[in-house]
Amino acid sequence: MSDTTSEQVLTTQDGKPLKQALASALRREKMRALLLIAPLLIFILLTFVAPIVDMLFRSVENSIVADTLPNTVVAMQEWDAASGNLPDEAVFAALYDDLGVAVKEKTHTRLGSRLNYEKTGMSSLFRKTGRRVKRMDEGGPFKEQFIKADKKWGQVETWATLKTFSPRYTSAYFLSAADAQLTPEGVKMKPEEQQVYLFLFGRTLFLSITITVCCLLLGYPIAFLLAALPLRTSNLLMILVLLPFWTSLLVRTSAWKVLLQQQGVINDFLVWTGIVSEAGRLVMINNQTGTIIAMTHILLPFMILPLYSVMKTISPTYVRAAKSLGANDCSAFWRVYFPQSVPGIGAGAVLVFILAIGYYITPELVGGTSGIFISNRIAYHISSSLNWGLAAALGTLLLVAVMVLFMVYDRIVGIDNVKLG
Amino acid sequence: MSALPPYASPLQRIWHYSFRTICGLIFFFLIFPILVILPLSFNAQDFFTFTPEMLALDPAGYSFKHYDDFFNNPDWQQALTNSVLIAPTATILATAFGTLAAIGLSQPHVPYRSAIMAMLISPMIVPLIISAAGMYFFYSRIGLQGTYWGVVLAHAALGTPFVIITVTATLVGFDQSLVRAAASMGANPVTTFFKVQMPLIVPGVVSGALFAFITSFDEVVVVLFLGSAGQKTLPWQMFTGLREQISPTILAVASLMVAISIVLLTVLELLRRRSERLRGLTPG
Repeated sequence: MSDTTSEQVLTTQDGKPLKQALASALRREKMRALLLIAPLLIFILLTFVAPIVDMLFRSVENSIVADTLPNTVVAMQEWDAASGNLPDEAVFAALYDDLGVAVKEKTHTRLGSRLNYEKTGMSSLFRKTGRRVKRMDEGGPFKEQFIKADKKWGQVETWATLKTFSPRYTSAYFLSAADAQLTPEGVKMKPEEQQVYLFLFGRTLFLSITITVCCLLLGYPIAFLLAALPLRTSNLLMILVLLPFWTSLLVRTSAWKVLLQQQGVINDFLVWTGIVSEAGRLVMINNQTGTIIAMTHILLPFMILPLYSVMKTISPTYVRAAKSLGANDCSAFWRVYFPQSVPGIGAGAVLVFILAIGYYITPELVGGTSGIFISNRIAYHISSSLNWGLAAALGTLLLVAVMVLFMVYDRIVGIDNVKLG
Repeated sequence: MSALPPYASPLQRIWHYSFRTICGLIFFFLIFPILVILPLSFNAQDFFTFTPEMLALDPAGYSFKHYDDFFNNPDWQQALTNSVLIAPTATILATAFGTLAAIGLSQPHVPYRSAIMAMLISPMIVPLIISAAGMYFFYSRIGLQGTYWGVVLAHAALGTPFVIITVTATLVGFDQSLVRAAASMGANPVTTFFKVQMPLIVPGVVSGALFAFITSFDEVVVVLFLGSAGQKTLPWQMFTGLREQISPTILAVASLMVAISIVLLTVLELLRRRSERLRGLTPG
């Protein structure tokens, strides 16, 4: 009897083994779910993930030297910069060939501006040589002709720079994002007066922490009040939190610009009440104060909403129990209520911090020069200085920071529990 | 906290009222900047502060001239047209893709669910400046930079996470046996979707669409990089206006936008109440 049961396989009506039928049903279900997700997944991959990956790639990509001067790069492989001698005639001949093509395609100026990020003077060197190279004697000797065209070709450093940046991938952008530079002799810190990025990262961090703390200090009492009030009143007061949340970022930024100006509403009011004199109008805009005030206001709802949703779940009976056991108001709050609200603080603080660290618009408009963030520098490199590689490297560093923070957020709140409004 | 008990000590009384005052001040901080621009937008002068005539409530101190300027200035009208052309298209794309994906993600067996979710939510998490930088580099490679569709696709990508979050939230309360019941009665999947599933998740879809719309309508960083002069939207025009030649017309635009957000907030609140009522969370 026991033999037959172990060999007997349960089947469906049409004779397929049940196990198989279930497995294929499950597979179909999985396929259907994936098919529903696929359009968006492909859409996001193409419109969003691909650009981000492209940016990561751009932060190390450096094929411009190898593409513009292919023969020179090959010919230069033998040459050792440490020897202190100039490369031999073959390298100069290769450079002549490459530059001839580059000048025709007008790519030599782009190479010049790329190398100018690493060593000043390279841009003008390539411009000047580009004009001269057409008049050079095709029979050579090229070494003398190049040095005659610009004496920089007779300096070992020029060639050393060219060789240092000839590989197709470089860490140079990341190094300059960290205020260091790649020199022929290895990695060195930049001179003191050129160190801007570490300072800017530090300031971004400092301002984001300040804003997060301000949001917490202002948001905690509000969330506490909203959670304690009866639902009808708290829903009404919630509108005061949600209206700013829903109002356009630019509207709120322009409101602060209007309020904080030296001839603005707040200063006028202070002068009218006599708190400050006409001459002593406060400077609250185009500096760090402006950034902190405006961004605290803009990010405050992002602190209040998670805090409120956590505080709503704290049962008031715990505090009452603590009081009935003899705790006074202070210790009942501090030892019973506050520890239960810590998850809300964590969620709100990480959210505000993530949002603050990458902010661009508000610091740009009210931050002046002392209240700007690293993101403003990224925008500057994309649209003004056109050093895209450096912009990509700074962006990558910022992205890594945000991703790490987001993992912390995921631990505290869980990615599925993100709620809106 | 909600009410002061009759046996409260004087200290508790003082604390109770001072706490309320502190909260009142914080509420004031939240709402004052938004309210102050409304009267200022009717300023008859080109100032950003209250003139003596305005404080005296003299009708001569008020005028509609900044609103006039907004409706007659070709720059602002072009910006308004562009915003109205870009935001709805981006919203439709985001809502269609997002709703389908949210239904897929709510199925009981989804392989790699958390990885997929993380990727789909990422446009909301990555700082805008980084998205803008990446999209600028990538879209200029493929020739979408400076085009209408470039901006629309980017805005749609930024809006989808909101649709996914709101729709999955409504689907949590959705009873899957309803779909099975419809199927057992002979409805095909498309009919089931439109007749059974869709009416129940509509509040989530609409509020997701509103989020996607406001994301696109308010978005400025990405459009600054991806757009060319032909895609100048309202926020872009406001941004350049605030940075370069600050004109009080901005206050008129800002006031109109506050009005739009009040409408949106009301619609969302009504939707939230409706879906809570449907789910039986709150009576009435």
